[in-house]
Amino acid sequence: MNDAPLTQIWVYLAASPLLWLTATLVCYLIALKIYRLGRDNALLNPVAIAIGLLIALLQLTGTPYQTYFDGAQFVHFLLGPATVALAIPLYRQRERLKTLALPILAALLAGVTTAGLSAVALGRLFGADTKTLISLAPKSVTAPVAMGISEKLGGLPSLTAVLVISTGIVGAVLGTGLLRLLRLRDDAVKGFALGLTSHGIGTARAFQVSPVMGAFAGLAMALSAFVTALLLPPLLRWIGVVD
Amino acid sequence: MQLLEALTLILSCQLAGEVLVLVSGLPVPGPVLGMLLLLAWLGLRGGVSERVAQTADTLLGHLSLLFVPAGVGVLVHWERVRDQWPAIAAALVLGTLITLAVTALTMAGVQRLLAWRRGGRHE
Repeated sequence: MNDAPLTQIWVYLAASPLLWLTATLVCYLIALKIYRLGRDNALLNPVAIAIGLLIALLQLTGTPYQTYFDGAQFVHFLLGPATVALAIPLYRQRERLKTLALPILAALLAGVTTAGLSAVALGRLFGADTKTLISLAPKSVTAPVAMGISEKLGGLPSLTAVLVISTGIVGAVLGTGLLRLLRLRDDAVKGFALGLTSHGIGTARAFQVSPVMGAFAGLAMALSAFVTALLLPPLLRWIGVVD
Repeated sequence: MQLLEALTLILSCQLAGEVLVLVSGLPVPGPVLGMLLLLAWLGLRGGVSERVAQTADTLLGHLSLLFVPAGVGVLVHWERVRDQWPAIAAALVLGTLITLAVTALTMAGVQRLLAWRRGGRHE
């Protein structure tokens, strides 16, 4: 007797964006709580936990990704305005920026080239096909840019989005430990390296450590988006991944 | 009201960035150009107003949340990821660590080199 109304409620909810929008926020808050309970341990990355929870939920309810995204796209949309808003922490760091122009330029060129080449070389070594290689190449750049590059060169933009996010999580989880191992103490250096390697997720992680680190991560993310969009296509042509 | 003004400024910069990309054919995404426009605007005005700063800090404070919807998309590529996981895992973990180290060491190295040269001149 009780079954019919419940099914009706489910059918109604499943057709509106409200359900999956709310689910995205709830899963993220739960993930954040777990992260806080674990005393901000980088291994308990909130993005990874939230994604895991949502995938489990979608599998349990048999909901296709497209239906989920119809609701979650409102959160996804805010990536654009958030990218624009990075101008503000950057502006606050303008004095340090001027004194660091040369180190930043050198790190930018070295980092962008290494990111593209290491992804393709390792992918090839372990037998990835061309489509996967192209989708991997821009993985260190912020998602909207990386998807654009991947599409232009013949990769799979939605796979690139997933790889970009995974790269961000790997950098956020292992990055601060590696930087400590390298005995780097300057927050500007640490932030710049995290932002270049792990874009917005690395930047989010950097902001959790210090505002200076966050600002330089944001700067690196913006600069590498530009430079990668310009450099990666000729680089991939040169090593023969695309023709 | 304050939030509304700040959001309007941010969205306007993004919109201007998107239009500029369409018109100029630059290979960069609209929001990245929008960020540079906002930076230029702040430079011209000579400062950040409190309400814009607060809105930006709110948006950036929850930056991680914004990546969740695209990340769930791994579902769509499950088979490809399963078939090629060694290559993908190697590129993701090793590639990311190598890039992080090269970037950080280059920046710290050039910084040290410049400081050393500057110090050399003084002596």
